[in-house]
Amino acid sequence: MLREALRGQRIAITGATGFLGTALVERLLRTVPGCDLVLLVRPGRRGARDRLRREILRNNCFDPLRRALGDEFDAEVDRRVAVVAGDVAADGLGLDAAGEETLASCTTVIHSAATVSFDSPLDAAVEINLLGPLRVAETLTRLRASVGSLPHLIAVSTAYVAGSRRGRAPEATLAATPWSTEVAWRSEVDAARRARADADAASRDPRMLARFERQARAELGAAGMPLLAAKTERLREDWVKDRMVEMGKSRAQGLGWPDAYAYTKSLGERALLETRDDLPVTIVRPSIIEAALAEPFPGWIRGFRMADPVIISYAKGLLKEFPGVPEGIIDVIPVDMVVAAILAVAARGPLSEPDVFHAASGARNPLRYRQLVDLVREWFTDNPLADSKDQPITVPEWTFPGRHRVQRQLRQARRVLGTAERALQALPLRGRQADLSARLEERRDEAERALSYVELYGAYTETEAVFSVDRLLGVYEALPPEDRRDFCFDPAVIDWRHFCQEVYLPSVVAHARVRQAPRPGTAGGRRGARATAGGREERGRRAVLAPERQLAVFDLENTLIASNVVDSYSWLATRHQGDADRVRFVLRTLREAPRLLALDRADRGDFLRYFYRRYDGAPVERLREDSWELFSDLVLTKSFPAGIRRVREHRALGHKTLLITGALDVVIEPLRPLFDEIVCAHLGQRHGRFTGELVDAPPTGEARAQVMAEYAETWAIDLEQAVAYADSTSDLPMLEAAGHPVAVNPETKLAAIARKRGWHVEHWPKAPEGPRPLLPIGPRA
Amino acid sequence: MPRPGFVLEVDRSTPPVLTWHGEGFRLERLPAGRSRVIYAPEPLEPLDDPDQAVRDALLSPLGDSAPLPELLFPRMRLTIAFDDISLPLPPMRRPDNRQRVIEAVLDMAAAAGVDDVVLICALALHRRMTEAELRHAVGDRVYDAFAPHGLLLQHDAEDPDGLVHLGKTDQGEDVEISKRAAESDLLVYVNINLVAMDGGHKSVATGLASYRSLRHHHNVRTMLHSRSFMDQERSELHSSNWRMGRLIAASGVRVFQIETTLNNDTFPEQMAFLQKREWEWTARDRAMYLATTKGLSVTPPRVARSIFQSIKAPHAMTSVHAGEVEAVHRATTEMIYRQQMVHVEGQTDIVILGLPHLSPYNVNSIMNPVLVVCMGLGYLFNMYRGKPLVRAGGVVILSHPTPWAFHPVHHPSYIDFFEEVLADTTDPLQIEKTYEQRFATDEWYRHLYRTSHAYHGVHPFYMWYWAAHAFDHIGRAIIVGGEPRAVRRLGLSPASSLDDALEMATDTVGREPTISHLHLPPIMLADVH
Repeated sequence: MLREALRGQRIAITGATGFLGTALVERLLRTVPGCDLVLLVRPGRRGARDRLRREILRNNCFDPLRRALGDEFDAEVDRRVAVVAGDVAADGLGLDAAGEETLASCTTVIHSAATVSFDSPLDAAVEINLLGPLRVAETLTRLRASVGSLPHLIAVSTAYVAGSRRGRAPEATLAATPWSTEVAWRSEVDAARRARADADAASRDPRMLARFERQARAELGAAGMPLLAAKTERLREDWVKDRMVEMGKSRAQGLGWPDAYAYTKSLGERALLETRDDLPVTIVRPSIIEAALAEPFPGWIRGFRMADPVIISYAKGLLKEFPGVPEGIIDVIPVDMVVAAILAVAARGPLSEPDVFHAASGARNPLRYRQLVDLVREWFTDNPLADSKDQPITVPEWTFPGRHRVQRQLRQARRVLGTAERALQALPLRGRQADLSARLEERRDEAERALSYVELYGAYTETEAVFSVDRLLGVYEALPPEDRRDFCFDPAVIDWRHFCQEVYLPSVVAHARVRQAPRPGTAGGRRGARATAGGREERGRRAVLAPERQLAVFDLENTLIASNVVDSYSWLATRHQGDADRVRFVLRTLREAPRLLALDRADRGDFLRYFYRRYDGAPVERLREDSWELFSDLVLTKSFPAGIRRVREHRALGHKTLLITGALDVVIEPLRPLFDEIVCAHLGQRHGRFTGELVDAPPTGEARAQVMAEYAETWAIDLEQAVAYADSTSDLPMLEAAGHPVAVNPETKLAAIARKRGWHVEHWPKAPEGPRPLLPIGPRA
Repeated sequence: MPRPGFVLEVDRSTPPVLTWHGEGFRLERLPAGRSRVIYAPEPLEPLDDPDQAVRDALLSPLGDSAPLPELLFPRMRLTIAFDDISLPLPPMRRPDNRQRVIEAVLDMAAAAGVDDVVLICALALHRRMTEAELRHAVGDRVYDAFAPHGLLLQHDAEDPDGLVHLGKTDQGEDVEISKRAAESDLLVYVNINLVAMDGGHKSVATGLASYRSLRHHHNVRTMLHSRSFMDQERSELHSSNWRMGRLIAASGVRVFQIETTLNNDTFPEQMAFLQKREWEWTARDRAMYLATTKGLSVTPPRVARSIFQSIKAPHAMTSVHAGEVEAVHRATTEMIYRQQMVHVEGQTDIVILGLPHLSPYNVNSIMNPVLVVCMGLGYLFNMYRGKPLVRAGGVVILSHPTPWAFHPVHHPSYIDFFEEVLADTTDPLQIEKTYEQRFATDEWYRHLYRTSHAYHGVHPFYMWYWAAHAFDHIGRAIIVGGEPRAVRRLGLSPASSLDDALEMATDTVGREPTISHLHLPPIMLADVH
C-alpha cells in the first residue's frame, strides 16, 4: 500500500547530505521503486551534482543497494534522482529558473535541512532552523502560480520544541499545546540579526583587537606578521561566533528551551504554520535520532552524532561523572524508524489542517537513563578501549550527581589546568619539559570538552517530558501487514539491550576510529603494542629520511646548536679583553638581558637588527680569524651531535641541505661544508671594519619560508618533499610551508602546536661538555 | 733503591685490591687461592739535572751520528718535530720533557746561526692541539717565539701541498710524510717514550705521515700479526714502521732522534695511595681513599671529569738519548723495560683490568666507549711480552663506567662510528672492509680535522683495530659497572659487579678459574713465561 501510494510521486528532499536525509534518499531508492527524487543541495565549490556523488552516494549507506544493482547503480541514480542547487538559508531558496521548475513539479516535499548542532551561533540557527521552513513554504506557494497545484510539505522538527517541560507532550501544534512558550518569532529574527552586527562591531573595537593580537602573540610567539595577522583575525571571528553561541544558549534557556536548536526549531514550526497559507503541511518531530536498527543495515550511522562523543569520552575514562536523572527517559529513536514514519506520513498524504507526529520511543518503550548507563558500562567493561600503551581502560562508575555539581567540578579542573599551563608557558622550557606543557594543554582540552558535553547535553539526560506517539501509532495500525514489516516504526519492537550492545555501541566505536584493547589471550597483542609505542617516533624519523624527500632545511640556534647570537657575540667581544673589561662586559650584558629577551620575543628581525649594532667598528679580519676558534670552542661544543648527524644523513641520501639562520656570515663560515647552501645575515663593512648595520633584511619569520620556497624553485623541488627543522614558533611560516615539519627540542608554544598537528618531534641531547658559564667568554687571545 | 715489580698470590688475608674505574676507584676482593695481583716496579730515581743530561745527550749521540752542533750550520733548514698531546699520560708537570729538549736544541741552533727553524707537532691523524696545550708542551718562551710568526705548525695529514711521497718500501707500502720535514737539512724529533711501543722509526714514519701511508700498518692484518705491538721484536706494526723509517733515511732525510723516558710516578702526593700496595696503606692513605671515593660518588660526572683531567703527573725524566734512530731506541727501550717490566709465570683464565679515566686520545676530553675498548682490549691487553696474560679463549674483565658520551669537538667521527658502524657489526675485518674508506675520505671529517680540533675520520677505526688481537685471542670480554646500553653496542657483556662478572665468566672458562689482576696505576709490561 505504502509503495503504491508513493508510486509516480516526485519527492523533493532538503538536507539530503545530513543523517536523516541520506537515510531517506537511500530508503526511497532501494525500497520504493516507483518514485522519483529531487534533492535540494547547496552547490558548494564543485556544484550540487558533485556533492550528490561525493557526500551522499559514497556513504556506506548505499552499499547494500550498490551490491544489489551492481553496474546498474549509476544508471538507476541518474534515472530517478534530480539535483537542484539551492539553499534554505537564502530567500527564494536560491533557485534558478530550472530549479524552480523542477521543484514545482514535486508532489511531496520533505524538509529535513537543519543545523542540528546544539551550539550553533544564534543567527545561523535562526536563518536555517527558524526561517528555513518558512522559505520552503513561501517558495512552494509562489510556484503554485506556474503549476496550479500545491505539494504536501512534511517538515521535520524535533520533539524538544515543547521546551524543558515535565509530563506528557501531545502530538499537536504548539499553539494547541498547553504551557508552550509563545514568542513573537519576527522580532526574534530581527534581534538575532542585529546581535550578529553588534557582536561584529564590538569585536572591532581597538581594545578588543589589541586583545586578539596579544592572544595570537601569546600562542604563536614571534611567528611573523602574516601568521600573526591571520591568527588575530581567526581569533576575532571565533570570538564573534562564541558570542553568538552564548547568546543563542542564554536566549533559549531563558525562554525554557534546552538550547538554541530546540528554540529555533520551535519558532520555525510556529512561523511555518502562520505563513503557510493553504499549503498542506505535516510536521514530524523525532526525538534523539541514533543508529539504524535494521535499515540499510543494523548500526548504520552517519557523522559523529550527539551522544557518540559523550560515549567515546566516557569509554576513554575522561568523563568521570555525568549529570542526569537516573529514572528519567532518554528518548532515542533509530534513524530507520524515523524514515519509515516519514514515508508512511507521505504515503497517507496531508490532512486539511496541519498535522503533527512524534517519532519517539519514550511513551511506548521507555529507555531509562540508569538502564542506558548500565548497558554502556557493561559493554565497555567487556570491550574496553585501549590507552596509549594498549592497556584496557576501565570505565568510571557514575553516581548521577546534579548537573551543577559536575559543572562546578569541571570548571574548577579547567581553571587549575589552565593556570598550570599558562605558568609553564611563561617559563623558557624546551624539549621534554615543553612536552609536559603540551600534555597539560591536552588535559585542559579534555576537561573543556567534558564541560561542554555536560553543558550541552545535560538537559537531555534530565528531561522529564514524555512524547506521546498515539497518533503516529494510529498511522502504523492502519498499515497493511507487509508495510508494517517493511516500514516498521513501532518503537515497541526495540530491545534496548540488543540495540545498545549489539547495534549501537559497536557502530559508534567503529565510527570513532578508536583503538580497542586486545582481547585477553590473543597472541601478538602485546608485541604489536610495543611495536606501535616505540614505532611512532621511528615512523616519523623514517618519513623525514625517506629517499624521495628532496630538501632538508635547518634552523641553527637551538635546532643544531644550543647557543645563540648573544653567546657568539659575547665570546668574540671578550676574546681580546682584559679581566676588568670582561667583568664589566658580563655585568652590562646581564643588565640588558631582560630587554633583549623581550625584544627577541616580540620580533626576531628587530632584535637582530638592534643587537648587531654592537658589532659597529669591529675589525673584520680579526673576527674572521677568531671565528675558527669560536667554531670549536662554542659552536661545536654546544652542538647537538644528533642534529649534525641528521644533516649528514640527508646529504648522504642525496637531499639538498639548506641552513637558514639569523647568525652572521663570519660566525657560521666554518659550518659551510656541512650544507649545500647557507642563508644568513651579513653586516656592512667600511675600511675593514663592520658598520653594525645589516646589508639586507635578516632571514626571520616568513622571510625564511620565502627563502626556502625560492631555493626549492631554483632546484625544481616540490615543497611537499621538503623537511624543515626548527625549534620555535618564529619559524612557524617555514615549518608550515614544508611538507614534513620537524620540531626540534621545541619551546613550549611550538611543542603545543606540533602536538596538535601531529608533527614529528626530535629531542636532540646536548653533547656533554665542561661547566657552562652564564655567558661564554672567549679564551684569552 | 726502588723495589722491582711483584706478583702477589691472593690468600684469605689479602686486603681488597684497588681497581681503577674511570673517574673513580673500587676496592675489589679477589677469590683466594687462585688469584694473583701484579704490581709494577716502583718509580725509578729521576735524573739529578735533566737539562744537563739533555745537553750531554745532544753532544754525545748514540750510533752513527755526529753531535748535534756539528749538524747545524747557517742558512740550513731545521725542523723540530715533537710528540703531541697523547704523551705522556697523564700530562706531566711543567717543564715538560719536550720543552727542556726543544730549548736545548734551539740554543745550539742559535749558536750555530741557524735561522730557518720550524716546529711541527707530529699529530699524525690526531686532533690539533689548542694553544694552551701547546704552551704546556713546548713552554711559553718557545711558543711566543714561534707561534705568532707561523713557525709552530701542527702536522696536517690532509694538506695536499704539505706532503711529499718518498716512494714505496719493498713491501709496496707508500711512504708519504710532511714536506717541510722531508725537505729540511735536518729533522730533529723530540720524543717522550711512555711505553715500549713509542719512538724509534715510528716517530717520523707515523707521526708525520698521511692516511695514504698510515693505512699500510694501521689495519686489522697488522694488528693480528703484532703479538704484541708493545714488543717491537714481534710486532708487524714496528716492522712496517722500520721499513718505512729506513726508506725515509735512504731517501736522504736526515733524522736526529731524541728520546726521553719518565718514571712511573703518576699521581700527585694526595693521590699517591693509588700506586701503593694495599697492605702498606697508612691510616692517611685509607682516609684519603675514603674521602676521595665518597667525594667522587656525589660529584656530577662532568665535574669529576674536569677534576681528573686537570691532574698533572709528577713524572720525572729518567733518561735521555739522542742520535741515530735505531741505536737511540734500543737504549730507550732498555730504560722502559726497567721501569715497567714484571716477570709473570704463566697465563690465567681471566685477567682483570681497571681502566683509567684517560687514554692517549682523550686528554682534556671524554673517554668514550670506543676508547674504552681501545684502552682495555687494545693497549692494556697488549702490555705483554711473550704470551698474553690471559690464555687463549679466556676472559678479560674491564672495569669502567663506559658512559654513552662523546666529545662533540674532538670525536665527531666516533659518534657516527658508534651510532652507525657498531650498530651494524663489531667484527674488525668486516668494519674495515665496509666502512673505513667512507669515513677516511669524508669531507666534513676532513674539514673538522684540519680546521677544528677533531681526530681524523678514520681514527675510531684504528682504535677498533687496536683490539683486533684481543678479539681474536679471548673468548669473552665483560665490562663491570658500564652503562649496559653502551657496553652491548660494543659487543661486550655488561656486569654490575666484579662478582657478577666472575660468575658470568664461568660460562666461558669453567668453574674455579685462575685470575690475574693488573694493578693499575701505574702501567706495566707483563713478561709472561
